[in-house]
Amino acid sequence: MHIEEIFRTEHGRILATLIRVLGDFDVAEEALQEAFEAALEQWPAAGMPDNPVAWLIGTARHKAIDRLRRRARLAQKQDEIARHLELLAEEEEAPVPEDRLRLIFTCCHPALATEAQVALTLRTLGGLSTEEIARAFLVPASTMAQRIVRAKAKIRAARIPYQVPLDDALTERLEAVMVVVYLVFNEGYAASFGDRLVRHELCDQAIRLGRMLVELLPSRAESKGLLALMLLHDARRETRLDGAGDIVLLEDQDRARWDRAQIDEGAELVEFALREGRPPGPYALQAAIAAVHAQAPTAAATDWAQIAALYDVLARVHPTPVVELNRAVAVAMSAGFERGLALVDELDHGGELDSYHLLPVARAELLRRLGRHTEAAESYRRALELVSNDAERRYLERRLREVAS
Amino acid sequence: MLLIYRDEKLWEEMSAQQRVAAYQETVDFTEGLRRSGVYQGGAPLEHVSTATTVRMKQGKPVMTDGPFAETKEALGGYGIVEAKDLDEVLSIVARHPLVRAGLSIEVRPIREGPPQ
Repeated sequence: MHIEEIFRTEHGRILATLIRVLGDFDVAEEALQEAFEAALEQWPAAGMPDNPVAWLIGTARHKAIDRLRRRARLAQKQDEIARHLELLAEEEEAPVPEDRLRLIFTCCHPALATEAQVALTLRTLGGLSTEEIARAFLVPASTMAQRIVRAKAKIRAARIPYQVPLDDALTERLEAVMVVVYLVFNEGYAASFGDRLVRHELCDQAIRLGRMLVELLPSRAESKGLLALMLLHDARRETRLDGAGDIVLLEDQDRARWDRAQIDEGAELVEFALREGRPPGPYALQAAIAAVHAQAPTAAATDWAQIAALYDVLARVHPTPVVELNRAVAVAMSAGFERGLALVDELDHGGELDSYHLLPVARAELLRRLGRHTEAAESYRRALELVSNDAERRYLERRLREVAS
Repeated sequence: MLLIYRDEKLWEEMSAQQRVAAYQETVDFTEGLRRSGVYQGGAPLEHVSTATTVRMKQGKPVMTDGPFAETKEALGGYGIVEAKDLDEVLSIVARHPLVRAGLSIEVRPIREGPPQ
């Protein structure tokens, strides 16, 4: 394995252990940086050590001890001298799997702003640089750097603990972690702007974090649901846009190019998540819906009745107007466009989705299929007023031209 | 440190009985915290209309009637607890009777020593 690859894949594991051992985010990050530099210098000539992770942790620990010793001498700081003595007395620290959980629960602590949680998670567990994260979220690097510095300062000053929450708090806190992981995924998956490579990296990072949660918290069904959902969406990544960057609808995507292995893995996880979750959570149910789509051999063979039934359950455990809108579309596809349209109109009158462009989009698509082109055009125009994504805008303009002609 | 904020208007609209009940629950709650060694002290504050603010103006300290900033929610009291980390404090605050009565509590660490 390449040194850079180890840096990327093992960064979270190593840093998580160092933070526990050294008791400080910044000290741990600096030490890890120095250890990687030492590796870049020594490995090409001396060969890679048998256990690169242990080598990096050991080297980083020594670098940190040296640094603390120098600082303690300079400043005569009692607490740092004490910490230094403590470290010298400790045994060599091996990484334990729990370290990465401690780290993600700390990064995703609800006392931090959500955007800071996301940045800190990608920085520490993902090993992304501040510049890379800034590029992915389209903010200036200085803004992102400040966000991360401020979050780390709050962790220290407010004493956000470096620990996995206890059982009764775990469910709620795990939800917060999953929100961050799914946010990272969606940022990579849904955004139409920016560099494709950066966005792929975000999807890969989110899936890696999802795998970590499943591996380290195997008894939690919902983390399996989240991983399944991400795998199933991501399996279609390559077919969602055409060569010109325009949207290709699910029904028009080239199913031969979907990642079969990933779909199988996702489908298997969904089954676990549905069986073990009592009741199944929103991620598991959305994943189940994605699995029905992904497993249909052709668009026409899609089991819309099953999808509508799954949306029924989802609407019960996670009642939001967006879920209702999706349910309406599934009803339209399984029980007739008219019935779906009636549900969409009901939601429309409710007013909760007034600024959500996908409501007029759904309405327009159903009207178009019903041959009511004048009304469809009106809905496409309303959707165009609300849409912000360029690829979606081009799609809607194309449809509007079709029904208006 | 727990900074307890209340919407003064809502607080006045509560019946005297409700206010006394919230007060009594808080006294009992803090007594429990004191016995477990967590509670270091605290006090309710008089209405924000009794506040006076001092600030420098053209080199002289000037007093003005009223709080530092006019806001909908005003500082209504404070408590000091000793805890090992933020999660321990948050679990105490989540059980606080005044939060359940509709007030808000801001948690701030007390700095030890001079500013850095």
